[in-house]
Amino acid sequence: MHAIEVNQLSKTFGNLKAVDGVSFTVDKGEIFGMLGPNGAGKSTIIRMLTTLITPTAGSAVVAGSDVVHDADAVRLKIGVIPQNMTSDPDLTCEENISIHARLYGIPRRQRRQITGELLASVGLADRAKAFARTLSGGMRRRLEIARGLVHAPQILFLDEPTTGLDPASRMSVWEMIAHLRDTRGMTLFLTTHYMDEADRLCDRIAIVDHGKIVVLDTPTALKAAVPGAAVLEVAFAPDLAKGVSDLEALAAVNRVTQQGPALYRVASDRGPAAAEEVMDLSRRQGVELRSLSVQSTSLDDVFLHFTGHGLSDHDTTVPSVGWSKKK
Amino acid sequence: MMMTRAFAIVERDLRKFRRSPFLLVAALILPLAQLVILGNAFGGNIRNVTIGVVNLDHGPESVDVHERLLAVAANAKTFLPQEYGDRTEAIQALRNGKLGAVLIIPTNYSRDLLMGHHPRLALVTDNTDRATAGGIGATMADLVNSINRPEVAARQPAQVGLDTVEIYPYTSYIQYLLPGLITLAIFITAMIGGGILYIDDKQRGLHEGYLMTPITKWELIVGFNLAGAIKGVLAGLVIVIVGSMIAGVRGWWMPQVLGELLLVTVLTSIALIGMMFFIMARIDDPLVPRAIFGVLNTLLFFPSGAVYPIAGFPSWLRHMAVADPFTYAVHAYRALLLQQVGLGAILPDLGALVLTCVLMLGGATLLFRRAL
Repeated sequence: MHAIEVNQLSKTFGNLKAVDGVSFTVDKGEIFGMLGPNGAGKSTIIRMLTTLITPTAGSAVVAGSDVVHDADAVRLKIGVIPQNMTSDPDLTCEENISIHARLYGIPRRQRRQITGELLASVGLADRAKAFARTLSGGMRRRLEIARGLVHAPQILFLDEPTTGLDPASRMSVWEMIAHLRDTRGMTLFLTTHYMDEADRLCDRIAIVDHGKIVVLDTPTALKAAVPGAAVLEVAFAPDLAKGVSDLEALAAVNRVTQQGPALYRVASDRGPAAAEEVMDLSRRQGVELRSLSVQSTSLDDVFLHFTGHGLSDHDTTVPSVGWSKKK
Repeated sequence: MMMTRAFAIVERDLRKFRRSPFLLVAALILPLAQLVILGNAFGGNIRNVTIGVVNLDHGPESVDVHERLLAVAANAKTFLPQEYGDRTEAIQALRNGKLGAVLIIPTNYSRDLLMGHHPRLALVTDNTDRATAGGIGATMADLVNSINRPEVAARQPAQVGLDTVEIYPYTSYIQYLLPGLITLAIFITAMIGGGILYIDDKQRGLHEGYLMTPITKWELIVGFNLAGAIKGVLAGLVIVIVGSMIAGVRGWWMPQVLGELLLVTVLTSIALIGMMFFIMARIDDPLVPRAIFGVLNTLLFFPSGAVYPIAGFPSWLRHMAVADPFTYAVHAYRALLLQQVGLGAILPDLGALVLTCVLMLGGATLLFRRAL
């Protein structure tokens, strides 16, 4: 039996189809990731699976219970770490956990024991009496995770658990997520728009775009599916005469995308040959090759390959990046 | 189980309430300030207003008028007469706000009075200030009556007399105001705790934390309203006690009266927090409770008879008073604090408050959704 079974799940808000008939299963003990840009529908899927909103169509069974018809049973078996911090900034860490435990009907004596244990397990034992508002972003997120574990859930849902955290805090949250699976055998379902997070943590990843699952597999299998085993990042000064077209004309090059002014990402099945051709090109055009680095395929390339656009295309704060397929 | 989960919300709210005195202070400061300032500003007698006296007669009877004016200035102190030789100058001083009124004693006043020609004194008042004009007018009417009274009493007394008996001790305006301000304190607690903070918590995502747990819609409603009602009762009782001490109300400390006051406070708190929960059930925008705060305050407080008797209202405003839950709370507090008449006299008020609780909580239950 699967921990989560989703069948043709959809959600419409007015005229907007936020989630469009997604189907997938999550195995027990698995860390399952949902990767996609902001607005792809990840949070809507997680909110339907955690009973916060009702699906427009389709069905989902979480921990053996239907999310619509048996929502209370689902809530008892899952823990949820939403994208927004839901711990109360004006309560202490231990009060936040104890009151959350009371919402699950846990008796007072047990609440006291659980509170101490959970704060210790997330490294906040020494901050038990501190108000949540005084915690750093990483500590606050760990408090949220501790709160989500008060009733020992079978499945833990984490909606973009490291958004807005500094690198050290992100690392600490990653370690905690891996630790939960390793020590408790818990199933973890997380959404993210960070490639490295999905790559590092998840056993399987579903790439979501425009409310649909574009592809679902292990990180290794997803990377293997992308043509062009190597990716070159090259920068010129000044720019090439015809930019992307000049690079696409090279024999060893599969695909090219412009990352910025005179900065290109070149995918190739033959990395070294492509590197040589790029160097020749710069010599022929009399432009300086400012940098050239060879990388293996990343989930960024996977995302671009399967969706046809970059993960940050939807983020207006980042310059637009687009793949151009070689004809 | 149900109460355990609902009490989690109560525990959270009361911990925050205890920790941050802002809500309690905000709920208490306005009513107490109003009690002290409005209570002393309104309802007092008009005193020491300068009035201009233009004597165009200078006969013996006009001297009598002048002496009577000085008697008022020395005793009741309603006004202080100041002589003006010129009528135009006096009227200009009235227009400039230097005088509260001008009394004109006409030419030939003494002669006309002695000859029985019914002379008329003229009182020119600033009718933009009705309270002062009314006060001076009433004192001046007494003064004219005293002039008209015959020196020798009539052999036959008047056929009908009227003796007024006050059945309660003298009630000052500050005491009259107190019941409305107790109700106002409960309303402010409900408005801030059940309106502004409720929507702010919703906006900050704290309610999402509740919705992900097995807590039911009923438990949420019980939890939110119970927490709000407890805070309302605390604020109400503080004003009952402190306000009664400030206003000089006696007898509130008797156990039976205290028990009755507690009952009215509990019902008023549940009714007002229920009303707030009903209004906020579908609201997400934090600006809304802030925007309607003043409007609601005006719509509920003033038509309730808290500051002026409902008997003096026009018909449409009386209808508003009937629909206003404040009206029943104010009447019940007034009956218990100022008249000390017991539960029997306030049963209709209690019934109206219970009905408000049922209607508001019922409506809120229909509107409230256990969803984001």
